[in-house]
Amino acid sequence: MNFEAVKAIYLFEMARTRRTLLQSVVSPVISTSLYFIVFGAAVGSRIQQIEGVSYGAFITPGLIMLTLLTQCIGNGSFGIYFPKFTGTIYEILSSPISMTEIVLGYVGAAATKGMMIGLIILGTASLFVDLHIAHPFVMLVFFVLTAVTFSLFGFLIGIWAKDFEQLNLIPMLVIPPLVFLGGSFYSVSMLPPFWQAVSHANPVLYLISGFRWSFFEISEVNPLVSFAIILVFLSVLMGLLLWIFRTGYRLRN
Amino acid sequence: MAPIVSVSNLVKTYGSGFQALKGVSLEIEEGEILALLGPNGAGKTTLISIICGIVNPTSGTVLVNGHDVVRDFRATRAIIGLVPQELTTDQFETVWNTVSFSRGLHGKKANPAHIEKVLRDLSLWDKKDNMLRELSGGMKRRVLIAKALSHEPRILFLDEPTAGVDVNLRKDMWKVVQTLREGGVTIILTTHYIEEAEEIADRVGVIHGGEILLIEEKSALMKTLGRKQLRIELAEPITTLEGGLPPGLEPYRLTLEEAGTRLIYDYDAASGRTGITTLLAAVAEAGLRIKDISTRQSTLEDIFVELVEKRA
Repeated sequence: MNFEAVKAIYLFEMARTRRTLLQSVVSPVISTSLYFIVFGAAVGSRIQQIEGVSYGAFITPGLIMLTLLTQCIGNGSFGIYFPKFTGTIYEILSSPISMTEIVLGYVGAAATKGMMIGLIILGTASLFVDLHIAHPFVMLVFFVLTAVTFSLFGFLIGIWAKDFEQLNLIPMLVIPPLVFLGGSFYSVSMLPPFWQAVSHANPVLYLISGFRWSFFEISEVNPLVSFAIILVFLSVLMGLLLWIFRTGYRLRN
Repeated sequence: MAPIVSVSNLVKTYGSGFQALKGVSLEIEEGEILALLGPNGAGKTTLISIICGIVNPTSGTVLVNGHDVVRDFRATRAIIGLVPQELTTDQFETVWNTVSFSRGLHGKKANPAHIEKVLRDLSLWDKKDNMLRELSGGMKRRVLIAKALSHEPRILFLDEPTAGVDVNLRKDMWKVVQTLREGGVTIILTTHYIEEAEEIADRVGVIHGGEILLIEEKSALMKTLGRKQLRIELAEPITTLEGGLPPGLEPYRLTLEEAGTRLIYDYDAASGRTGITTLLAAVAEAGLRIKDISTRQSTLEDIFVELVEKRA
C-alpha cells in the first residue's frame, strides 16, 4: 500500500477545498437558510405536523441528504475529471499507485468535504428548528455510507465524462428530481397511491427515509431496507470500478 | 549486465484503429543517454507512455529493471521520472507544493532538503512560493523537470524537453542531465533537434511510422553512415576547359558546383585509403590552381533525413 500517495492525493484535494472555502461553505449555508425560510416558515406554517414531527424538523434530514448527494457527486467527479481535462493525470497514471489507492485519495477527499458541509447544514438547521437525533450511531452510518457511495458515483462520472456537459449531466439533471421526489420536503404517504408506487422506485427515497428514521424514528420504509439499498448501490458501483481497473477504460487507452 | 529497460515486440493499436507502434523491440543500458529521433506521429510518445504506465500496450512486453511494467507496476514506476511534452500543470498550486506532491505520489517520505536542491539546480528556488499560472512557459518546463526529479528516479524520460525553450534553460537543463548521468541515472530523450542528440547522446534510435529504423552508438552511426566531403575551391572556373573534367580526374566521380569553381569529392573517412592524396596530385597535374580546401562531415540530421526518406 502506497500510503504516501494516498495522503498526497487526499491533501491535494483538500487544499483545493481550502482555496474555495467561501464558495464551498458559505453558499450551502445560505441556500439551506433559504429553504428553511421558504419551506419552514412560509409553507410550514400551513402544514401542522407530519407524524408528530414539526415540518421544519421533518425536512432537515432531506436537506442534509440533498446537500450531501450534490456535494459528493460534484467533488468526486470534478476531482478526477479536472486532471483529465488539464492533462496532469499523466502524473497520477505514471506513479506507483494502484487504482484502489487513487480511488481512496479522491473519493476519501470528496466524501470528507461532503460530510463537512453536511455537518454545517445540520448546525445551520439546528438554529432554525429544535432537533433531536434518536439514533446518533445509525445516523452516522447512513451519513458516512451515503457520502462514500455518492463520492464514488461522482468519481465514476468523472472518469466517464468526456467534456463539461457530460460531467454536469447527472448532477444537474438526474439528482435534483430524485432528491425532490424522494420525500425531502414531504411524506410520500401524502401522495396519491399511483405516485406513491412510482416514488418507491426512486433509490433516493430509501436514503432519505432511513436517514430520517435515525432522527425521528419515522420512516416511509423499513430502515433495514434503506440500509440494504445503499449497500446494493455501493456494490454496483464497486463492480463498475473493478471493470474500469481491468480495462483501463478512458484512462489508459 | 542486464538492460535496465527491455522492450520486446511492443504493439499499440488505439481505439480508432490507428497503429502507433508496430512491434518495437529495444534495449536500454543502465547509465546511458539514449536519444530517440523521429518526426511527429512516429510513435515516440506512445512508446514512452507505455513504458511509464500511462497507456496500456496492445501486445508485447516491457521490462524495467527486470520487472514487467503492467504486472509489477509499483517496482517499475517507482524508479521512473517523466517529463511530458505538454506543459500540463495545476495552475493554482505553488511550485513547492506541486513538486512535493510528485514526491508523495511516488511513495517517498517528504524530504525538503532534496526538493530544495532540485529547485536550486533548476533556478526555481526564488519562485518556490509562486503559483504555477504566474510562471512563463520556460519556467513551467523547469517545474515539470523538478517534479520528475522529486523522487530521485533511476531512469528519466524527457519527451521533447527543449521544445520552445530558451538558451538559458537549455544550458541549465543539460547541466542537470550531465550531473544526473554522473550519478548513474539512465536518460531517454526524444527530440526534433538533432544537434541536441548529437551533442549529448551515447546512442541514437530512429523511430518512424511506429517502427525502430535503427538504434546505434552515436559515434558508430556517424562513422558508418557519415560520409565526408572534400571541397576544392578553384581559382579559375573549370568550364573554360573543353570537354568538361580533365581526363586525370574522371575516376574520382567529382561533382562541379558554383559555376565550375568548386569540386566536390565524396569519400569514406573510415576507410584506410581515402584517395585524397592522389586526387590532389591529379588536380595539380591537370593544371588547376587551388584557392582553398575544406572538408565537411555529414551530421546526424543528414543521416536521419536520408533514413526517413528511404522509407517514404
